[in-house]
Amino acid sequence: MRQLQKIKEWFIEKALFLSALFSVFVTIGIIGVLIFETFEFFKVISIFDFLTDTQWTPLFSEKHFGILPLFAGTFLTTIIAMAVSLPIGVITAIYLSEYSSENIKGVVKPILEVLAAVPTVVYGYFALLFVTPLLQRVIPDMSGFNSLAAGIVMGVMIIPIISSLSEDAMHAVPMSLREGALALGSTKLQVALKVILPAAFSGIAASFILGISRAIGETMIVAIAAGQQPRLTLNPLVPIETVTAYIVQVSLGDTPTGTIEYSTIFAAGMSLFIVTFVLNIVSYWLKKRFREVYE
Amino acid sequence: MNRKLLNRFYDRGFLFVGIFATSISLIFLLALLLDVIADGMGRLGWQFFANYPSRKPEEAGILSAWVGTVWVMVLTGCIAFPLGISSAIYLEEYSSKNWLTDIIEINIANLAGVPSIIYGLLGLGLFVRFLNMERSVIAGAMTLAILVLPIVILSTREAIKSIPPSIREASYALGASKWQTIRNQVLPSAMPGIMTGVILAMSRAAGETAPLITMGALTYVAFLPASPISSEFPYISIQGLFDAFTVLPIQIFNWVSRPQKGFAIDAAAGIIVLLIITFVMNAFAIYLRQKYQRKIRW
Repeated sequence: MRQLQKIKEWFIEKALFLSALFSVFVTIGIIGVLIFETFEFFKVISIFDFLTDTQWTPLFSEKHFGILPLFAGTFLTTIIAMAVSLPIGVITAIYLSEYSSENIKGVVKPILEVLAAVPTVVYGYFALLFVTPLLQRVIPDMSGFNSLAAGIVMGVMIIPIISSLSEDAMHAVPMSLREGALALGSTKLQVALKVILPAAFSGIAASFILGISRAIGETMIVAIAAGQQPRLTLNPLVPIETVTAYIVQVSLGDTPTGTIEYSTIFAAGMSLFIVTFVLNIVSYWLKKRFREVYE
Repeated sequence: MNRKLLNRFYDRGFLFVGIFATSISLIFLLALLLDVIADGMGRLGWQFFANYPSRKPEEAGILSAWVGTVWVMVLTGCIAFPLGISSAIYLEEYSSKNWLTDIIEINIANLAGVPSIIYGLLGLGLFVRFLNMERSVIAGAMTLAILVLPIVILSTREAIKSIPPSIREASYALGASKWQTIRNQVLPSAMPGIMTGVILAMSRAAGETAPLITMGALTYVAFLPASPISSEFPYISIQGLFDAFTVLPIQIFNWVSRPQKGFAIDAAAGIIVLLIITFVMNAFAIYLRQKYQRKIRW
């Protein structure tokens, strides 16, 4: 009986270990699929052309396979989104962590959680049919599809990520540091800017990088509101196309599987994966650092 | 003296900046809700839930979409729940600190940050093409289950971590084995926390659009997956798992991308339904968390 129990326990442990290992297989699966399909692509298109050609027209008769215009679109929407979410997110975090009462926190934090739970297709609708018409009243020659509205809405979507992670980092700063600064006659603002911000810097940086990674990978908002015209521009008023929106465009179209046009989505996905992977690793490392310092 | 006053002024001033910045998110959320309700409320009705999508916006409905969403959500939960919990149990209760555990941990953190559309490419390359599962409900659910797995694992770990060691030690002292302790003491106590994570994961799955589009879910579906309950023995049918499907967010996306004004109204009505699903599940998860956090004091 004892023996039987021991065997059972051994099997259970191994089974649990295998399921823990499953997530590693997922990563291997992602990388495997991307490499396998991208390999087909790079057999026909040289990596040099892929990285330097300034036109992306795989679905036209005169084909160009330069990823730059797509990344320009991603870059543009990401910058706009971060310009919105970083200041608002960090100020919200300072306010919640250093100024507000527990009651206000109790109201604001769940609302931020709701904001984070809204499906992105809803944000896309809002960007296209509410924010864009609103902006067009101020900027009449803005196109119906543009990166400005998409970027702004994406920025608001990212605020909860920045504010909650930054607030955690500020919360982790020991009370004694605040009390020391206050005892020296600092105002709350001085404590926040000169003591808390530097002390929580790696946590805030981690949230910032995580936000960028989210913005780069965000799909539905840009697929709905930013257009489908890959172009190398920094003008936020004209239609562009991001890497993610391109993948959606091809997936919805009738491009036959197995063709070179079709494998472009895997090449685009591969580039996307590499960029976000690096950002996530940096963010993970920074987050770990601020936890180690004060816990 | 002057400087002191100035500093005070800045301090006060920042309070208003803080309140202003915080209220931007709140105003935005309010504007979004009001806009969607104003646009779509009129279209909501029994017909909207009972009709298939149509060429005419006034007659279009979300029948195939909401049924698909329920299918995918339930299946995703069923796949992610056992896998996520067993990984979390291993990492919290069994694993020793070594390089393999480190890799698993970093890997899970990294998976949580992979863009959802990449999971769509995984689903397309692995399930749809390599394993020949077609663009079926089960392929979609497996894709989403992998996508939400990190959420389930992380929340289960948090729940298990919050069970104090004394509970385990008491169980060992009574002669229970490791697995008996986990099954009879740790898991039941951690269950509310685990359920919170699973519900949040399912709500996330209900709102995902991009991975399913990439994986090849259809945008126009005028039929339902075969019903799981059949009239003949054995009364349960898995035929539906292998049928094509669409989900609510894809239907909304499809309507948003059309130029006619009528479809924008349909989209808004669909969004109201989607938001209700998301908010109800989130509220339920938060309620569970609050209730049990307060009740159990070790």
